[in-house]
Amino acid sequence: MRPYLAIVSARFRMLLQYRAAAWAGVATQGFWGLIRVMVFDAFYRSSSATQPMTLDQTVSYIWLGQATIGLLIFSVDADVRDMVRTGTVAYELARPVDLFSLWYWRSVASRAAPTLLRCMPIMVLAIALRGLGPPASVASGFAWVLSQVAALMLSAAVMTLATISLLWTVSGEGISRLLPMVAWLSTGIVIPLPLFPDWAQPILNSLPFAGMLDTPARVYMGHIDAGHASLAIARQLAWTLALVWLGRLLIARGTRRLVVQGG
Amino acid sequence: MAVPQIVVENLAKSFLVPERHPGLWGALRGVVRRRHRRVEALKGVSFAIEPGELVGYIGPNGAGKSTTIKILAGILVPDSGRCEVMGRAPWVRRIENAAEIGVVFGQRTQLWWDLPAIESFDLLAAIYRVPKRDHIASRDELVEWLDLAPLLDTPVRQLSLGQRMRCDIAAALLHRPALLYLDEPTIGLDAVAKLAVRQFIRRINDERGTTVILTTHDMDDIEALTRRVLLIGEGRLLYDGTLAGLRAKVTRERRLILDLANGAEEPRDPDAEIVGREGKRIHLRFDPDRIAAPELIARITAKCPVRDLFVENPPIEEIIAELYEGNAL
Repeated sequence: MRPYLAIVSARFRMLLQYRAAAWAGVATQGFWGLIRVMVFDAFYRSSSATQPMTLDQTVSYIWLGQATIGLLIFSVDADVRDMVRTGTVAYELARPVDLFSLWYWRSVASRAAPTLLRCMPIMVLAIALRGLGPPASVASGFAWVLSQVAALMLSAAVMTLATISLLWTVSGEGISRLLPMVAWLSTGIVIPLPLFPDWAQPILNSLPFAGMLDTPARVYMGHIDAGHASLAIARQLAWTLALVWLGRLLIARGTRRLVVQGG
Repeated sequence: MAVPQIVVENLAKSFLVPERHPGLWGALRGVVRRRHRRVEALKGVSFAIEPGELVGYIGPNGAGKSTTIKILAGILVPDSGRCEVMGRAPWVRRIENAAEIGVVFGQRTQLWWDLPAIESFDLLAAIYRVPKRDHIASRDELVEWLDLAPLLDTPVRQLSLGQRMRCDIAAALLHRPALLYLDEPTIGLDAVAKLAVRQFIRRINDERGTTVILTTHDMDDIEALTRRVLLIGEGRLLYDGTLAGLRAKVTRERRLILDLANGAEEPRDPDAEIVGREGKRIHLRFDPDRIAAPELIARITAKCPVRDLFVENPPIEEIIAELYEGNAL
């Protein structure tokens, strides 16, 4: 475990240096959060039908999404992309570590560091400005922390899969652009998943993306009550394991056909 | 005799390289149909290396040097043939193999660009699971040998190429590997930096007993360092033996270089041929089988006054060039 911990911590320290980026992120997410809250406020006022979530719940959902939006970046690992392009990836394979674990833990660090930096100020901002309430209960609060960690693991697994695609595509440009378009709608960051029509629910629930934002947000506000939270977290973990398994399969194939650039 | 540390038998590796048609029309055709060309990088190479050897692995660009190194490091999987490093197939047991080797690819760095070298070293120690005390001992030794102390706290991106290369070589040796692969470690370095790198390679081989395999285009590296050379061309091993043997195999000729005294005429001798002139300096070529060097020198100095003279082997570059052109062997 020591090599991976060292890599996570080095990467973490490096990313924590980007304080200006973090503040810019806080400002952007805070601003967008406010606008989205206002839009949903207007929707709720203009409709008299009963919604699957109360306005308060929707507002909390939105703020949690803004705070943890760093987990919803589907791009490839830029460092690995550069290494594949220049051939430096040869060094990665010359290390006595498992390549999948190396890339996976690096993804964990590169998702966790910016999210951690931005999450607290935005949550404070959201509580102060408008609408983000405390967790539904102490149990929900605990479950939320667990679910949020599971969301991080899941998000890192998706990112690692995108990174592994570099072994075939080299540039990674396509995946970095295409994946967000497909996935964002199904994470709940655009429209909270419970607000989708009934027919869409089974589809959304069968995708891994729900576990990245929707699950922790709904656990936080008790929309998934503390009793059912363990099932929801188990689902996040199951998806993580499935994607890790797929990633290992692909990386084993990818490295066999590897042509290290530059002779 | 001990079991060789590295055994390579009939190793072959080819790559599929997509071929692009030139021009816009070609690019459009490429979208519909891709053509691939099979490039055979290695066509059955065999050799064995004993522990503690310092071997020069030479050949022109594209000969298969780096491919061999990458197979030995477990990075590439060969198509056929046998390859064992310390009794293991490197690509099958890549992780165990990686723990016992150090690699430097001269054109790339293994250091973290934004971190000071010392932090890269600490990170590598963790990656190689080197216990803290061993790490500090090994690191301090390398820092001293390579004179890295003034560089350690500078971010790697601010180092000069020579400084960076010294740090890179140290990085490959922190975990005390039994084997060191150096792929063009002196590429792009100035004379002073080259000298420092060479001295260090010799020292690590002497003092730690590290087996070193060195690929290079710099024949001075080879002459200064290695007792044994492997010469590869177009994926085949052309020669395996000492540098002197390589010379002898291609050409027995020697050079006699004379600095003529003022007013002296150019020497003429039936057994020596003038191959170059620079001012008063004359380069003569002769075959030591036909005439022994002392005899030739006696004959020439008897006829014409000479200020200084020396005998040398033809530059190794010329020998290699001759080999590449497909003469000899």
